[in-house]
Amino acid sequence: MNTLPVGPAFALSLAAYSTGALASLAIWRKPALCRYICCGSALAGASFGGLAAVLGILQGAPLRWSISSGIPLFAYSFDYDALAGFFNLTLAILAGAVSIYSFGYLKEFEGKRNIGFFGFLFHLLLLSLTIVFTAANAFLFLIGWEVMALAAYGLVTFYHEDRETRRAGLLYIVMAHIDAGCLLLGFALLMQVSGSADFASFRTAAGHLSSSQQAVAFVLFFVGFGIKAGVIPFHIWLPAAHPVAPSNISSLLSGVVLKAGIYGMTRVFLDGLGVLPSWAGLLVLIVGVASAVLGVLYALMEHDLKRLLAYHSIENIGIILIGLGAALVFRVAGHPQLAGLALIAALFHTLNHAIFKCLLFLGAGSVLHSTGTRNMEELGGLIRPMPVTAFCFLIGAVAISGLPPLNGFVSEWLTYQSLLAGFGATGGLTRILFPLAGSMLALTGALAAACFVKAFAITFLALPRNAGSRSAHEAPRSMLVGMSWLAMACVALGLGATWFLPAFDALTEQLLGQRIGSNLISSHGWVLSAGTPHGGMVSTSVIAIALLLLLIPALLVVSIAARRFASKRGPAWDCGLPGLTEDNEYTATAFSKALRMIFSVLYQPRREIQTVFDVSPYFPKAIRFETEIEPTFEKRLYVPLKDLLLRLATRMRAIQAGSIHAYLAYIFVTLVLLLLFGVRP
Amino acid sequence: MTGLIAKAGLQLVLVLLVAPLLGGIIKTLKARLQTRRGPNILQSYRDIFKLFRKGMVIPETASWIFSATPYVVFVTAALVGLMIPMTATDAPLSLFGGVLAVVYLLALGRFFLALGGLDAGSSFGGLGSSREMTLSAIAEPAMMLAIFTVALAASSTNLSEMAKVAVSQSWKFLAPSQMLAFAALFIVLIAETGRIPVDNPATHLELTMIHEAMILEYSGPYLALIEYGASIKQLVLMTLVVNTFFPFGLSSDWTVRGLGVGLLFYFTKMLLLACLIVLVETTNAKLRLFRVPELLMVSFIFGALALISTFLF
Repeated sequence: MNTLPVGPAFALSLAAYSTGALASLAIWRKPALCRYICCGSALAGASFGGLAAVLGILQGAPLRWSISSGIPLFAYSFDYDALAGFFNLTLAILAGAVSIYSFGYLKEFEGKRNIGFFGFLFHLLLLSLTIVFTAANAFLFLIGWEVMALAAYGLVTFYHEDRETRRAGLLYIVMAHIDAGCLLLGFALLMQVSGSADFASFRTAAGHLSSSQQAVAFVLFFVGFGIKAGVIPFHIWLPAAHPVAPSNISSLLSGVVLKAGIYGMTRVFLDGLGVLPSWAGLLVLIVGVASAVLGVLYALMEHDLKRLLAYHSIENIGIILIGLGAALVFRVAGHPQLAGLALIAALFHTLNHAIFKCLLFLGAGSVLHSTGTRNMEELGGLIRPMPVTAFCFLIGAVAISGLPPLNGFVSEWLTYQSLLAGFGATGGLTRILFPLAGSMLALTGALAAACFVKAFAITFLALPRNAGSRSAHEAPRSMLVGMSWLAMACVALGLGATWFLPAFDALTEQLLGQRIGSNLISSHGWVLSAGTPHGGMVSTSVIAIALLLLLIPALLVVSIAARRFASKRGPAWDCGLPGLTEDNEYTATAFSKALRMIFSVLYQPRREIQTVFDVSPYFPKAIRFETEIEPTFEKRLYVPLKDLLLRLATRMRAIQAGSIHAYLAYIFVTLVLLLLFGVRP
Repeated sequence: MTGLIAKAGLQLVLVLLVAPLLGGIIKTLKARLQTRRGPNILQSYRDIFKLFRKGMVIPETASWIFSATPYVVFVTAALVGLMIPMTATDAPLSLFGGVLAVVYLLALGRFFLALGGLDAGSSFGGLGSSREMTLSAIAEPAMMLAIFTVALAASSTNLSEMAKVAVSQSWKFLAPSQMLAFAALFIVLIAETGRIPVDNPATHLELTMIHEAMILEYSGPYLALIEYGASIKQLVLMTLVVNTFFPFGLSSDWTVRGLGVGLLFYFTKMLLLACLIVLVETTNAKLRLFRVPELLMVSFIFGALALISTFLF
């Protein structure tokens, strides 16, 4: 099996992305041609990347390429192992869908915006992600990481004429550099111990890390990758930056760029730092639970469709971290089987979330494209003009709510199973944490369902609320193809989970030393089991078949019954008022009102109502209603931090005299100090 | 395979037959406790039958979601009915979905029901959908904790495995953890089936209704399907409570004798649980909407205590 052409496919995908980037820049003056090139080369890159990933996973054994650069500590070395293959596969599925979608989406840019520059950044983002997922050298990884952050910054601020966009971009770039700084320090620590920047040397040197070094490295990497993944409390840039980007980019940011954080955590925590103590795993688990619950609670309060989706990314990253944290705890407790189950749950959810979140963002993009607004309160009734978009969005909504038989259910089910097993596998009081985390996961799932009822129903059902949604039209065909492809992936990964999960064998063998993916498939073939002989079992495919079988008699009975009287169309109940208008509809704000009141401790809602009337207060002429919730993390954590920083900066101004002599003196003193530090034995 | 289909068919018939009867029994018992005569026990069958023979009015503003909802609600409830042990420990489809699948399939039905409520565009539907999704979301963690407590004892989420373990230690319900879990699940049962003090199934007063508000626009066969689905859901949740905590008489096989005894025990246990529900319904007033979370919080705390006491005892 050593003959599979993984390397050539991988090289071709890198080449396609690089050529696409340069070609887009070169022909930016011809927008139409540029659009073809841009989408075509990205699709080619994604296809080759996907081929490489599939072949790599089939091959099983890790591949390694290294080109020496002549610079100490730096080499162009790539490791194409099972983990890299898995994340590259995720990237390829999404990049393919987004490049098809972009073909239609970018049409409105023609003549208005620079498609060439967009294409350059778009390819750069895909290229840097591929490098991040395969780099086997700390510096190569960091360069890829930085390019990714910069390309994403360029794309986030693509509509830079908006003040909101520029602010979001600034917040993003600041957070991205705090995160890069943490990673740099973390890698520096590892390099100091291992004496090399190679990931392979980190692995061998992991045994020499003292427990305090390990702890410091863990915290640095957790913060660094946590900022990129958008875990609470480092999430504030995410709901600001993702919605303002062009929608095809938002989908990639939430789908893959966040996952780079998850990739980093998986790579470092399971592969580079040795066996982490159980407090580390528990910390990841608890942060995951907090992100999941708070993420969905904030999402519920949003009526901006894309911000809502961005908050859901925080929630789903939390669910992924629950699995990852559980895997870390089980590994140190000596249960590789369970660790494998939890890891597969986390990674499968990573893939699933990437797919349905990308789908939902693309759906939101179609809505924005067609109606010109992201505000759900102005939308409505779009299921009639946009049936395909609505159907795809519905699939995504069902999948993200973790409902059977789609893919979100499978990964949440696996997470539940690993949490349940955690109770028996760990000792002491910490074991209580696992079922409690499970109950919080249940809360998250149910709140997510509530949120997507709101998102789908307010946007697509009932009556249109403004002129834009009344004159809405279906998205161009290429956009629909991009979305349908992802919707089909949601269904396929849900129903075909039993065929897909054995692909994790090589991955768990590499990271945990055991082939666990196939253990999750019971001997019946169609049934997913939790690994233990009498443990939980589920089969999404049988559930789907059974649902269809039960549907037949229901359809028959209703159609026979309906023969007596044909069904009529009539007006909905309007309380006797003359006719139902869009003003009677329930709004997104109203839908989440009950939860706003129940969780008012968290939200600290503020509302203001002004009524204008002539004679009697019972006949108001106009009512102004305003409500907002307190942005707790911004107000209590980041604003004080920012103030502190500004105060310090004001103090520091004292040494910035503006005199060149003083600066020369500073440089001299620094040099002397560094020399002293350097020659110290 | 044929055995599986036969079992599934048998249990499907049982579920479809018993579900409306259970609703009728609860109504009659409640009326008697309030010294009314109440409707005939068979009234629920007649209602459903009558609805199937009526014409339908579909709101002009509604889309295909409105028409798909009744089927989703009914089909998910019926499938869940095949996953839980009723009279025998091995439920026909328990191999293909345990307690998590049961909870999430019911959530799928609820998801579509809430969409259907919002589809017509009238405020009532939205009101009902919002309340239903809110309360079910708050009930969910309590339910999961209670279920986990039982699942941990059996170290499985497969309902048949859980039932087998429960049968082997029938008196386990006296353990503090099981009693607390039962209390937690009972509160969730009240909330999920929309009974007083959480929701009043008999009301059509717009300020108080939850479930009824969501389905206000439905009529004829669609309404029949939804009502049937709701009654199956009630049966399923009650069966779940009864058979996980009081597994007496669950037969270990599908022989005629075993089934007969199982059925006898099953009806007795369900009747007792129905009496308990009726007692709660009659002695309590409906809670204000924003008091319900407190009740569910109590349930959550019961669940947490149940879990901790599994650890202690």
